[in-house]
Amino acid sequence: MHVLIPSPLVSYTRKKEVSARGATLGELLLDLERQFPGIRFRMIDEQDRVRPHMRIFINGEQEFSLKRALSPSDEISIVQALSGG
Amino acid sequence: MAKAKKAAKSKGVALFVATRKGAWIFTSDAARKKWKINGPHFLGHIINHVVLDPRDKRTLLATASTGHLGPTIFRSTDFGKSWKEAKQPPAFPKAPEGEKGRSVKHSFWLTPCHENEPNAWYAGTSPQGLFRSDDGGVTWAPLPGVNDNATMRPWFGTEQDGTPDGPKLHSLIVDPRDKNHLYFGMSGGGVHESLDQGKTWQTLIDGMEVVEGFGFDIKNPMFHDPHCVRMCPSNPDRLYQQNHCGIYRIDRPGNKWTRIGRAMPKSVGDVGFPMVVHPRDDKTCWVFPMDGSGVWPRVSPEGKPAAFVTRNGGKTWQRLDKGMPRQQAWWTVKRQAMTADARDPVGLYFGNTQGELWQSRDEGRKWECMARNLPEIYSVEAAEI
Repeated sequence: MHVLIPSPLVSYTRKKEVSARGATLGELLLDLERQFPGIRFRMIDEQDRVRPHMRIFINGEQEFSLKRALSPSDEISIVQALSGG
Repeated sequence: MAKAKKAAKSKGVALFVATRKGAWIFTSDAARKKWKINGPHFLGHIINHVVLDPRDKRTLLATASTGHLGPTIFRSTDFGKSWKEAKQPPAFPKAPEGEKGRSVKHSFWLTPCHENEPNAWYAGTSPQGLFRSDDGGVTWAPLPGVNDNATMRPWFGTEQDGTPDGPKLHSLIVDPRDKNHLYFGMSGGGVHESLDQGKTWQTLIDGMEVVEGFGFDIKNPMFHDPHCVRMCPSNPDRLYQQNHCGIYRIDRPGNKWTRIGRAMPKSVGDVGFPMVVHPRDDKTCWVFPMDGSGVWPRVSPEGKPAAFVTRNGGKTWQRLDKGMPRQQAWWTVKRQAMTADARDPVGLYFGNTQGELWQSRDEGRKWECMARNLPEIYSVEAAEI
């Protein structure tokens, strides 16, 4: 799957767009962690919650559950929440 | 002359300055008069603490987070030339299904373990958590003696409690005589002591006061807010504490704190955040008072910043403000942002909430501003290089 990476996490990926695999959002994030060690904990906390000021969109729809099923054609965008500033 | 010779042999002092927007390293000449500035490191990251490992004098650890990203710890083994991220930063265990687990918002305090435990470190977090690394900061493990302590849990409060940036575990102190003997403070949650390297803890709050007028139970650690606790290097049985409710001293094995801040001028009071102890004289410590009246402005009282020193264990205090602004200076100094070097005379350093770094080469008699226009300063640590 195609994954868009926000600028604060490009220090891990070295590019703004990467590919990752997974049958669920949780699996995709683990694949990102495998490829880019350390990246997952910066956006997902130890209780598997999306951090308060991070957002994940699947085909333009906001998603908070790591159990959400994915299909190979899905477009994933990881973004910083606007958070008022 | 002897002092001059001693200074000539030393390369200088290093200051590790952590701020709301990154970290800087200042290094001085032998006389501490000329300083070189190195940074920013981690521009844009919220850096709460940067600490040099005194056991090898090369390894640095830095706690980091950003406004959006989760917390981590960076480590350098070449005095800040290069940095690597921890493979496993401090994190609480995953809670069982159906239970709400805690999440580390940021690592706040770093303390190297005993000198006989090379590469071992402690970290205190917000919300309150205690972690240990035995591999130089690469991986961190939670210490269940605190983090899963059912007795302590109510003392942590909720996410709505604590300082504006969240409740914190801080002031991690290792007794230089005994690696198993530890202290820490929690804002809020009191002061605690362990004799078995953190497996079990006992509370050390007797004599500490709580905010008056609300009927708070003085025996409940939940209502105690130590801001900064320091152990005297020359006498590990003596500790000083700057608390939300005053300045205290304790002499172990005694178990009762004495409020020595009562001797401070009434117009200034004894509220503040930092506490600095003399490297060789257990009767001398410095504080930097803050306005804790009304809505807690957290600025210097009357807009006139000053450090205060006691040289007799808290019986009397003297104001030290020569060189500081005389009026309309509305800043203060946070709990980790004031420190001392080990020189004779002792050098004092503090960073303020306006991004200024100040220095005294004569134990606070005269002050000068070393740097302006840095981001808000969260911590300053000094080391001989």
